[in-house]
Amino acid sequence: MSATLTATAVRDVPSRTMTATLTAATARRVLTQLRHDKRTIALVVLLPCVLIGLIAWMFNGTPVLDQFGPLLVGLFPMMVMFLVTSVATLRERTSGTLERLMTLPIGRGDVVVGYALAFAVLATVQALVIVGFAVWVCGMDVAGPIGLVVLVAVLDAVLGCALGLGASALAKTEFQAVQLMPLVLFPQLITCGLLMPRDEMPTVLEWISRVLPLTYALDAMQLLAAGGTWTDVRGDVAVIAGFIIGALVVGAATLRRRTP
Amino acid sequence: MGNNAIEIAGLRVVRGGIPVIPSLDLAVPVGQVVGLLGPSGSGKTTLMRAIVGAQIVEGGTVTVLGLPAGSAALRRRIGYVTQSPSVYSDLTVTENLRYAAAILGVDAAAIRQALTDVDLIGHAGQSIGTLSGGERARVSLAIALLGAPDLLVLDEPTVGLDPVLRRDLWELFHRLSRSGVSLLVSSHVMDEAARCDRLILLRGGGVLADGTLADLLDRTGTTDAEAAFLALVDEAAAHDADRDPAARGATP
Repeated sequence: MSATLTATAVRDVPSRTMTATLTAATARRVLTQLRHDKRTIALVVLLPCVLIGLIAWMFNGTPVLDQFGPLLVGLFPMMVMFLVTSVATLRERTSGTLERLMTLPIGRGDVVVGYALAFAVLATVQALVIVGFAVWVCGMDVAGPIGLVVLVAVLDAVLGCALGLGASALAKTEFQAVQLMPLVLFPQLITCGLLMPRDEMPTVLEWISRVLPLTYALDAMQLLAAGGTWTDVRGDVAVIAGFIIGALVVGAATLRRRTP
Repeated sequence: MGNNAIEIAGLRVVRGGIPVIPSLDLAVPVGQVVGLLGPSGSGKTTLMRAIVGAQIVEGGTVTVLGLPAGSAALRRRIGYVTQSPSVYSDLTVTENLRYAAAILGVDAAAIRQALTDVDLIGHAGQSIGTLSGGERARVSLAIALLGAPDLLVLDEPTVGLDPVLRRDLWELFHRLSRSGVSLLVSSHVMDEAARCDRLILLRGGGVLADGTLADLLDRTGTTDAEAAFLALVDEAAAHDADRDPAARGATP
């Protein structure tokens, strides 16, 4: 068999960036790793609930939770998933498993999208639990459809994953990876309209806020809190989805088969 | 080329501004167990990474099984074992192999065979985190064996293994080579030299010697690989010193 492959075989084997089976195999592998790490699952799912619970308690009897609850339901999962994903991919890069993976017949897209899919499953569980907790336990009253709140919360968490995957290429150590979260997310938090309505900001900051994904994530949640429907938020949802795809493309492109 | 699994001409690798492999020529014949020996820092890992297409190279050509190193077609024909075991420590042995099997498109029978080959079938359900260093190294080797590759590139696969296991693995390597598989096995333990069909001694990113152990012993008038290596290092150092008196005393 060894002698039958000739130089023409280089052209016959396309350097595929992705195939459904290998993407699924990667997602399955990452989910199996997560399943073995029960404490991480518990933290990912319960931590946002604790934070929401604290806020509900603090502002008990005021409309604060109804106004800002949906924002936080979108925000906390995004932060948690960003951290979890960037550390998980960094671990893969530094442990040598990625080096061997890149010598095997698997596309770079299979690795990145497989990771994103696995974390999207976790993000969905997380979003369902936190929205359920906010509504049924804390008494959050959302004027818009609750299903859309869940959808946007899931998308926000997946966006957190995708940004974490993309950003992990910038980190060489765990210390750096942990600091990427404030680096990537905090400027977005400051300019997204949470601290000051965006139309009152200096013009340049307002422009900057328009190219950052969190602006759209929070805009959608604000609209839903105020009774918005699918027609109101579909533009935001499309932009968030676009950022997710963009971050995954960057993540796949920065994965290198050859390293220095 | 024909009967060479690996052919390297003028390979140059620079890492962090330092030429770790200044210029290297090498041929590894098909169906042999070739030992890559040399002290740590001699360029063994860098050379292996260049062969499997994981290393950014500055110049030269690396041809593997007739194709340029790093070609997509080579990815299912080379088994690569990195120096530290590339396994997911939060998965079980079988879960690790199952992922690689999905990538290579092989079935559960191949997983069982690979685990039997490395004598880990009894640990199939165990989490990697509970295994010893030597057992992890063998899981990593089992993954490399999965796709029945034509070439195995093994970076210190026997480090941390007891003598019985080492003997068993070398027997496995020779069984594979008899079936036509080519193996390049690195080691910094000179006593493994006797188990190789052919030896390549590396020093300072260059080939110090290339031949059978008998050739090397003959040439240096020594009785074991370690003595032969030391004699060759002294010879090379003397040669360097002749050419550049400033380098005198740099090597013992």
